[in-house]
Amino acid sequence: MARDRDDSVRLIAAVALAAAQDRPLAICGRGSKTFLAPPAIGSMLAVGDHSGVIDYRHDELVLTARAGTPLTELRRILASQRQMLAFDPPTFAGDGSLGGAIATGLSGPGRPWYGAARDAVLGITLINGRAERLVFGGQVMKNVAGYDVSRLMTGAFGTLGVLLDISVKVLPRPHHEATRAFAVDRDTALANVVTWARTPLPLAATCHVDGVLYVRLSGTEKGVRAAATQIGGDELPHGAEFWDSLRDQTHPFFGEGHCFRVALPPAAAYPALPGAWLTEWAGSLRWFRTEATREHVDLAARRLGGHATEFRDPQVPQPFDKGALKYYRRLKDAFDPKAIFNRGRLFQEIGQEAVTEANP
Amino acid sequence: MNAVTPNDSGVVKQLLAILPPHCVITDPRAKKPFETDGLTAVRQMPWVVVLPETVEQVRSVLRVCRESRVPLVPRGAGTGLSGGARPSSDGVLLGLSKLSRIIEIDPENRIARVEPGVRNLAISEAAARYGLYYAPDPSSQIACSIGGNVAENSGGVHCLKYGLTVHNVLGLKLLTIEGDELTIGGATLDSPGYDLLALFTGSEGMLGIVTEVTVRLLPVPATKRLILAAFASLEAAAGTVGRIIANGIIPAGLEMMDARAIAAAEAFVGAGYPTDAAAILLCELDGTHDEVEEQAAQVVRLMRAQQATEVRASRDDADRERMWLGRKAAFPAVGRLAPDYYCMDGTIPRARLAEVLRAIEKLSERFGLAVANVFHAGDGNLHPLILYDSNAEGELDRAEKMGGEILALCVDVGGTVTGEHGVGVEKLDAMCGQFAAPELEQFHRLKSAFDPAGLMNPGKAIPTLARCAEVGGMHVHKGNIAFPEIERF
Repeated sequence: MARDRDDSVRLIAAVALAAAQDRPLAICGRGSKTFLAPPAIGSMLAVGDHSGVIDYRHDELVLTARAGTPLTELRRILASQRQMLAFDPPTFAGDGSLGGAIATGLSGPGRPWYGAARDAVLGITLINGRAERLVFGGQVMKNVAGYDVSRLMTGAFGTLGVLLDISVKVLPRPHHEATRAFAVDRDTALANVVTWARTPLPLAATCHVDGVLYVRLSGTEKGVRAAATQIGGDELPHGAEFWDSLRDQTHPFFGEGHCFRVALPPAAAYPALPGAWLTEWAGSLRWFRTEATREHVDLAARRLGGHATEFRDPQVPQPFDKGALKYYRRLKDAFDPKAIFNRGRLFQEIGQEAVTEANP
Repeated sequence: MNAVTPNDSGVVKQLLAILPPHCVITDPRAKKPFETDGLTAVRQMPWVVVLPETVEQVRSVLRVCRESRVPLVPRGAGTGLSGGARPSSDGVLLGLSKLSRIIEIDPENRIARVEPGVRNLAISEAAARYGLYYAPDPSSQIACSIGGNVAENSGGVHCLKYGLTVHNVLGLKLLTIEGDELTIGGATLDSPGYDLLALFTGSEGMLGIVTEVTVRLLPVPATKRLILAAFASLEAAAGTVGRIIANGIIPAGLEMMDARAIAAAEAFVGAGYPTDAAAILLCELDGTHDEVEEQAAQVVRLMRAQQATEVRASRDDADRERMWLGRKAAFPAVGRLAPDYYCMDGTIPRARLAEVLRAIEKLSERFGLAVANVFHAGDGNLHPLILYDSNAEGELDRAEKMGGEILALCVDVGGTVTGEHGVGVEKLDAMCGQFAAPELEQFHRLKSAFDPAGLMNPGKAIPTLARCAEVGGMHVHKGNIAFPEIERF
């Protein structure tokens, strides 16, 4: 178990010094998601020691913890009250932290039904580029006081500030879960999940891989049983292990070679490119193993109203829409005027941006 | 007052050059309906009102305002409750109600693409034939527009389970005052880059003009059941809220009404609520038939264990609608108790509900103004309605002071000054209590990223530091307010 420790004074001092010296900082939590983007330039600012649960009120459905708190520890504490992080962040091979989960904004297989990381965020305490400690949002479910800075931090890869403390909405664990398996090809599977997602069913995850469609149902015991009868398929024993293997990408599909993360409108047909697909989120998220180039995959995804990114070890940051990039830069400047945080991780240096047109 | 009159103004000439004549309103009588939104205590005659019919016209209006450095106040359906659409006396009021086209309902992808002036309820009506609906349901949903919902991050009765506007919007097209068109998100569940979708949702028209909204649609639940429970004390009712949630049940809606609200609703619509109760809870469960049956039995057990004096469940949909009637009519019902009421919107941790309701009772006695409570108990979002008479000397002032104390109380117990109505002009002073100077400065810098000239909805949502310094000093000077020319609401 990690130690409870408030390391914020040291972190603020480190940011103040870096800002005074114009010295970039590479923020590092527990290092489990380093591979998601090019490395940041600068000396390491380790936030892993800023750790521990500050407040957890299960009947409020709110948990507040320091950014360095390991996700495995949060999962253990929540499980003791039969609750969970609804966005079910991946931990990958290492042991991710809450701060890393929010900074990268990734969500697990239940995302279309339980919400994304940004949906769960209620409040954030952060250090901006002026070394100020700022508190946004709070610990209540509904809060429209001021701009939604907490959610803006989610998925910003630490480029707008150092996350200190984070409050998230948590949810009760479902009383009952079942995973149904169907031997079907990918187009049939897609047609099925698109239909089921339009139907009032207690869906909680879907995946199609290697000719098998898996569907997770969750809710009350009777409700899950009735839904299982309605959709059919065979019961998959140890379903939870299967879904965890997707979330953490320990499933064999993610083994070797190039893998793209392709986000599409859920009903979009598969692009005609050679390769192997793993489809989650009732069609909205598709993983693609292919020899095709990044440009080809991205163009195909854009034509279908989606986008594609290289998931592991991309050589350059994601290409952004030209119109949006102007405002991203201004936002960056508003929070981090000297650009000391995670330089190079989300943007290339000025003048070298990879830019795409909004609607090719 | 403003030295420029609409008729000789170059700005109006330019507006008339880009818009059909019936889309530019300068006549005082025609402008009158636009002087206020749902916060009717705040009124300001706009200088000129424009009601464009196309996105291209909106773009042109923005250009005119930018080039002439004229403030611009966006307005949806005008149902907002915080004065967010209060016009500027020297600015253009940009009404978006004529952009009211449902562009597409896509049942396969479970989305609707609509223009900002489309009414909230119209989306669900259009999606109904596919068995789908749009979940956020602010009480004004028959009139309020989706563009306004995005600007305010509107909630409603069912956001405990289904989330606020921010959880249900997938994409936006918007125009910045600098003339850029941004497309954020779309039919996918996420997109790379900063989460501008979240940033614009609830930004109160301060950052840009939304010209198109993509919302997610959900399947209409197979079964809904409403359970009503009466309690002899506020404490018992409030405690039941936490018990239901701690037992792993997330109701679709969980509403509470106190004795005054119950009495007013009964006198108005006769929904059959128990008028001898100190409080009632209305708990709606939805889902598949089996799931709802199981949860309903559990909720009834929990309510009885919390000493509910009466528990009844809806037998069918017609019965459920009847049982909701009193809650849905509660605001107009309370409106019959006094000439005016002032609706507050603080949110608090649920565990503090009973304590805060008791404290509001004490404030009610101290200020000599009655309060009725009808609110979203499940997410701790209070709506105390302070009853007053604007024609009685000093009552509006007392109501506003009392409201300020209620909001300060919400912040003190770890809550917020606004859960779903927005800051607008109404809660600017309360914001000074919730945020410190560095946070407010960060908000202002964030706004400048999108609107460096400060033309978009100026003076709303985020107080200036000078104002907050004054609010702090106002108590010291005992009503001798410095800088009387600065507006206070």
